[in-house]
Amino acid sequence: MKIKADTTVCIGAGMCVLTAPEVFDQSEDDGTVVLLQPSPPADQEAAARRAVGLCPSGALSVVP
Amino acid sequence: MTDVTLTTARQRPFDPPDELAELRKRGPIHRMTYADGHRGWLVTGYAAARAVLADPRFSNRPEHMHPPIPARLELSNELREHEFRLPPGFFLRMDAPEHTRYRRLLTGQFTVRRMKQLESRIEEITEACLDRMEAAGRPVDLVEHFALPIPSLVICELLGVPYDERGRFQDDSKVLFALDSRAEDVVGAMTRISAYLYGLVQRKRAEPADDLLSGLVAGGELNDEELTGVAFLLLVAGHETTANMLGLGTYALLANPGQLAALRDDSGLVDNAVEELLRYLTIIHIGPVRTALEDVEIEGTLIGRGEAVTLSLPVANRDPERFPDPDRLDVTRPAGGHLTFGHGIHQCLGQQLARTEMRVGYPALLRRFPDLRLAVSPEEVPMRSDMSIYGVHRLPVTW
Repeated sequence: MKIKADTTVCIGAGMCVLTAPEVFDQSEDDGTVVLLQPSPPADQEAAARRAVGLCPSGALSVVP
Repeated sequence: MTDVTLTTARQRPFDPPDELAELRKRGPIHRMTYADGHRGWLVTGYAAARAVLADPRFSNRPEHMHPPIPARLELSNELREHEFRLPPGFFLRMDAPEHTRYRRLLTGQFTVRRMKQLESRIEEITEACLDRMEAAGRPVDLVEHFALPIPSLVICELLGVPYDERGRFQDDSKVLFALDSRAEDVVGAMTRISAYLYGLVQRKRAEPADDLLSGLVAGGELNDEELTGVAFLLLVAGHETTANMLGLGTYALLANPGQLAALRDDSGLVDNAVEELLRYLTIIHIGPVRTALEDVEIEGTLIGRGEAVTLSLPVANRDPERFPDPDRLDVTRPAGGHLTFGHGIHQCLGQQLARTEMRVGYPALLRRFPDLRLAVSPEEVPMRSDMSIYGVHRLPVTW
């Protein structure tokens, strides 16, 4: 599984960090998403997928 | 089928109006007549509401707006006659990319990490409020002693607004949220709050401090009018929202003693309980409203260009396809994904702050007063059906 983050549409709501803190972080400058693990380990996949689904701005996607 | 209208009259304090819940059973999208006669739409389904909020073809700009309820008709007409303009920097009512510029300046201040760093300070503020509540003696109004002062103290401190100056904006803020306010009173209240905050911006420039407003002033990206608009939005939004969640949330727990006991006795439940109370209570009960900038198909329904769409978030958050047994308050259910903070680019900027305030607030209250109970009968609790943000006007409690 691979995750893509588009920081140009990210609005820094923080849902991804709240949901999968080991996969996502937020930039100190503008709060936009920082991808800590673009290919999350198996035990993080479910949380990462939930975070992608919760993202309000559509900044996150799962690369097929 | 005849068009529906948006009702705000509830049969029970925690449930959305029965008429709206019935509508959802018939389908996710309904023809709705707006107060000015406009024929638009009402969305009651979870997936449809989420789709509209995420879609950039729907605008949040005020010039497209049609009033969803009669109480807003006179106001919108009079504001138009007064040629009233929202302050520059009031980015809630902007679309991308204009909106993006303002939001980007603020998101770094409201990250999950920043808000968690505020936790110990929020705990201090909460304990001090509980001390004063205890000292006041029972019965007390929980709104006055707990629900309002905690978020109010926190947002004032974060922004850099002196708390002892809250008399300059707290009453005016109430006027903005009352559905029956007259236009001239709304304009007066907005003008006074703006004047106060404009003055505060000047003070921050002369004497910068370690607060958000000083930081924005020093950043130099916004002019004084924009700074005033941004401060306006954060101050007012930071006040009226969490305050109502703390008040109404406490009432809901008191009305569901099993749920209250579960939360009181297991601190590990708090994150989930906060999400569930947000879902179950959905205090944003009128709108949001969006307008289609072009023809858009949502769940098989064609929304025409220029047509308004009102989203009933309380009903969408009770959609059984998304939340099984939705009318039951269950602090153990996985309640994430609710629409209470909205969805799309306008999803609440302060949501992580609100979560922290609630995560600290409810358990601290239940620890201090394990026998907390209503001091009046449930029928005597005055509900905020007359305000744009739902909640309780007062909550008399004893212990």
